[in-house]
Amino acid sequence: MIEAEKRHAVTIEINGSRRTLEVEARKLLVHLIRDDLGLTGTHIGCDTSQCGACTVEIDGEATKSCTVLAVMADGASITTIEGVSPAGSSLDPVQAAFHEHHALQCGFCTAGMIMSVRQLLRQHPDPSEDDIRHGIAGNICRCTGYHNIVRAIESLVAKG
Amino acid sequence: MIPAAFDYIRAGSIAEAIDLLQRDPDGSKLVAGGHTLIPTLKLRLASPALLVDIRGIAEMKGIAVNEDSIRIGALTTHAELLASEPLHKALPIFRQAANLIADPQVRNRGTIGGSLANADSAADWPAVVIALKAELEIASATGSRRVAARDFFVDIFSTTLGPSEVLAAIHIPCPAAGTRFTYRKIRHPASGYAVVGIAAAVRINAGVAANLSIGITGAASHAFPGDIAAEFLAGKPLSQGNIEEAARLQSAATECLSDRYASAEYRASLLGTETRRALLALAA
Ligand SMILES: Cc1cc2nc3c(=O)[nH]c(=O)nc-3n(C[C@H](O)[C@H](O)[C@H](O)COP(=O)(O)OP(=O)(O)OC[C@H]3O[C@@H](n4cnc5c(N)ncnc54)[C@H](O)[C@@H]3O)c2cc1C
Ligand code: FES
Ligand code: FES
Repeated sequence: MIEAEKRHAVTIEINGSRRTLEVEARKLLVHLIRDDLGLTGTHIGCDTSQCGACTVEIDGEATKSCTVLAVMADGASITTIEGVSPAGSSLDPVQAAFHEHHALQCGFCTAGMIMSVRQLLRQHPDPSEDDIRHGIAGNICRCTGYHNIVRAIESLVAKG
Repeated sequence: MIPAAFDYIRAGSIAEAIDLLQRDPDGSKLVAGGHTLIPTLKLRLASPALLVDIRGIAEMKGIAVNEDSIRIGALTTHAELLASEPLHKALPIFRQAANLIADPQVRNRGTIGGSLANADSAADWPAVVIALKAELEIASATGSRRVAARDFFVDIFSTTLGPSEVLAAIHIPCPAAGTRFTYRKIRHPASGYAVVGIAAAVRINAGVAANLSIGITGAASHAFPGDIAAEFLAGKPLSQGNIEEAARLQSAATECLSDRYASAEYRASLLGTETRRALLALAA
């Protein structure tokens, strides 16, 4: 029997804690994260898979959560910006570098940008400027013009 | 944007996926990476009653480089195709093309099978699998068949896949030693898709082109082999003059697509230019 209104149990590990929720199949992961879990650091920009503001890590991979169904994440481990540096702790090195190098203005893109930078640095521990720009190609920033973002990332590499 | 309501189920095997599709072929849709389908659902351009998630099907995963052929499971993501060292050694065109698809996040989710089955007229993999003379393994309730990549694409978003069939894998014959490859495209500045994209493979034997094979995407309503250029160059040296003539002939013989992104005249011009550039890169 096909039941469109049926609710599905979704169990995820989110920022280290296990949660089970009942959702409709059509619920987007980004809505589960923001509305059901109250983790509003993950933003919705374009809602059309282009801007990367909604980027989170699913099983360690940077993913646009506006283009994933919550049911598809059942069983996965998810990290959002709140999991990068829990409230009250000091900033993660990527966040600190963004702060220091003025790599954000309005900050709307920043949470998603940082999730992409974490993946970039895992895959290219010593990236060239080309690698950096290619690595953040899925994140649009309307404010900074990207230069300071690139400088922030380069500063992390220079520190080793 | 919120899709219309649907039900969702995970299939554990190809047989189970086919069984689920057969119960309601018009109302059901497979979902792999979801990076084409979910945007379509959000725009309510499609509203299936059931999504069958195939991502957990082990027999559709993995890259196996064997002695005479290479098997790529349909669920292999663009990121996996980019990262695989054995595949890069055998067929470097995969890394070259994967690097030009979308962005890191999309490459983490999108699959080669989803791209081929979806048959967007501007998608990249269709050109690559045509140039590599791949065969597509298609599973149905009655068994499995293979279709040559050049015969798979029928029209915009249309292939020879039936409504309850699953694209299981891509099989590519190992290229002869010394084969050179290239993929290049004119990226649409907003979407990143190919306005025109050219994949080509050739072996240069005693100064002349042997086994030249070309796949073209973006230019027409579906990807197709660049046979006109390949036939003109067979047994000829890849000289600047021969390449220019081959590119001109291919462009003149192609009925190009016209849409709001690019006119047919513009696509025909890009087709000539990109074919020339791809072949010059192979000759270098
Ligand atoms: C921002 C963005 C940029 C992009 N840029 C590019 C680009 O530059 N070049 C490019 O080529 N593509 C691009 N894409 C498309 C991307 O590569 C898609 O992921 C891919 O085309 C579809 O793969 P999928 O696994 O996500 O398929 P899905 O969205 O899951 O499925 C697509 C369709 O194929 C069917 N299907 C999926 N798998 C199978 C199977 N094994 N057998 C039968 N049917 C199947 C589904 O039912 C559905 O109809 C882009 C996408 C986005 C969101
Ligand atoms: S909100 Fe998801 S990519 Fe823009
Ligand atoms: S800081 Fe404003 S969008 Fe990037």
